[in-house]
Amino acid sequence: MGQRIALPRTRALTASGARRRRRALWPYGFVAPAIAVLALVFVYPIVQVVRYSFYAGSPGEAMTYVGLANYRNVVADPVFRHSVLNNVKLLATVPVMTALALAVALLLNGGIRGWRQFRAIVFLPYILPAAAVGLTFSYLLQRNGVINAFLHDVGLGSLAPDWLGSTRWVVPSIGGVIIWQQLGFGVVVFTAALLALPGEVSEAARLDGATSWQLQRLILIPQIRGIVEFFVVLEAITVLSQVFNYVYVLTGGGPGNASSVMEFYIWKNGFSLGSVGVASTVAVMLLGVAGVLIFVYMRVRARAASA
Amino acid sequence: MMRRRGSVAAGQAVLVAIAVVSLYPVWFVVQTALKTNQRYTLSPTGLPTQPTLENLRQVLFDLPVPRWALNSAIVTVVSVGATTLIAMLAAYAIVFSAMRGRDVLLNANLALMVIPPVALLLPMFVLMVNLGLINTLPSVIVFYCGLMLPFSIFFFVNFFRQFPRELIEAATIDAASPFTILRLIVLPISATATFTLIIVNAIWAWNELLIALVFLQDENRRTLMAGLTLFQGRYATNQPLVLAGVLISILPVLLVYLAGQRFFVRGMTAGIGK
Repeated sequence: MGQRIALPRTRALTASGARRRRRALWPYGFVAPAIAVLALVFVYPIVQVVRYSFYAGSPGEAMTYVGLANYRNVVADPVFRHSVLNNVKLLATVPVMTALALAVALLLNGGIRGWRQFRAIVFLPYILPAAAVGLTFSYLLQRNGVINAFLHDVGLGSLAPDWLGSTRWVVPSIGGVIIWQQLGFGVVVFTAALLALPGEVSEAARLDGATSWQLQRLILIPQIRGIVEFFVVLEAITVLSQVFNYVYVLTGGGPGNASSVMEFYIWKNGFSLGSVGVASTVAVMLLGVAGVLIFVYMRVRARAASA
Repeated sequence: MMRRRGSVAAGQAVLVAIAVVSLYPVWFVVQTALKTNQRYTLSPTGLPTQPTLENLRQVLFDLPVPRWALNSAIVTVVSVGATTLIAMLAAYAIVFSAMRGRDVLLNANLALMVIPPVALLLPMFVLMVNLGLINTLPSVIVFYCGLMLPFSIFFFVNFFRQFPRELIEAATIDAASPFTILRLIVLPISATATFTLIIVNAIWAWNELLIALVFLQDENRRTLMAGLTLFQGRYATNQPLVLAGVLISILPVLLVYLAGQRFFVRGMTAGIGK
């Protein structure tokens, strides 16, 4: 009797032992292609770009070690400083688009008819290619373009500036295009977060006589705070390190270097001026900024997920 | 009550204004592409009273736009296909095995999602030159694959985690190999999620400019986005023609969006929160 019970157990043990041995190996095979590609596209270039930043000359030909000279030159370069300043200025678009997206999401959350269709409309710009968007806006914003024609029509013609041609307006104009394209993303994220909230809290507040403004400010916004913070960090990363397309197509960095940003500076030095060391130095700096933001992003993400 | 109705009306007015601003540039592209250059110069905002298909004809038959669109399509299909497969395998191992180092892998993966591509551009360019791959589509395909992987792995990991574990365990006890389980059990359940990811990635790859611009400099090897930027300078005085090119470039995106809107909202917000 005891034997009949013992036998299958032994067999089960051996089978699971074999399984365990197999289980130990196949996962590595499954992740190997991903690791290979990620190593090639992320690890290798990051190591190389750090190395380049200490050299002058072109890779493959004559590269001479120059220590920190590239860093010193870059920091002293007024164009670089101006590029960083423009990135910082563009950061101002983040609070604007966040506030606007939040306001729109709260309006939609009020149960307006056709809110899904509306959300689909504001989300549309977000998925369009930035190159096409940039080209289109370069025409809309030109001196005799549609936007200035509109200003003339409503009697504000005297205000109509050369949006992309004046050093004063070019960065705010680029910021406007970025907000135009990113707003829908915020609206979609925030409406999703608001929809997921439990209805009882708002209901209780309403029964207690809260006005709709109080309800939004004191009940709804605090509940989605984690998501809002996450959105802010994500957009800050976008504005600091993913705006090349807009600048390249809208202004080509001009007039002069007035609308250059860090990414544009890297591209121009690396591929147009042939200063690989300088371009790599700024790339390393940009990675440093990204590193800080990634740290913030991971923390905020963990909080948004637990909220 | 009156005040309430007033504020609702004000809210609706704001929403209508935002909708108009969101759609107008797209409408501007469509209507200008249908105008003659002369008509456009006289009245940039006016409706195309005598619509013409001449710009579109020129873009599709006299200029290398179809060639560029084909390049874009090849790059998009191959890179998205490879990414989907590689990401699915990796995520499956991360979620359903007791592999060592998977938390490290997952955290590193999360961090890679926000590395700016421009920082990787120079070394990748030098590498592709050395490999003799510069000016070929594979150089861009490999790069796109790498840039799409972190989000894709993250997306599948989140999705697989919602699976009933018992299902996978039961199949493992029946001595099915991981590959069989993936193919016969996981894949059918994941069809919608996979489709969502494919759409999101395909839009990204189709829209990408910086890498295509730098890596594909031969006129015939360009993708549609990189090609369009050539138009800007070349046809500076014929904006309707350029916008006809823009229209062709956004048409696939618009069609996919109209057809699969719900997939978008789900896919694009997958990176947020949980």
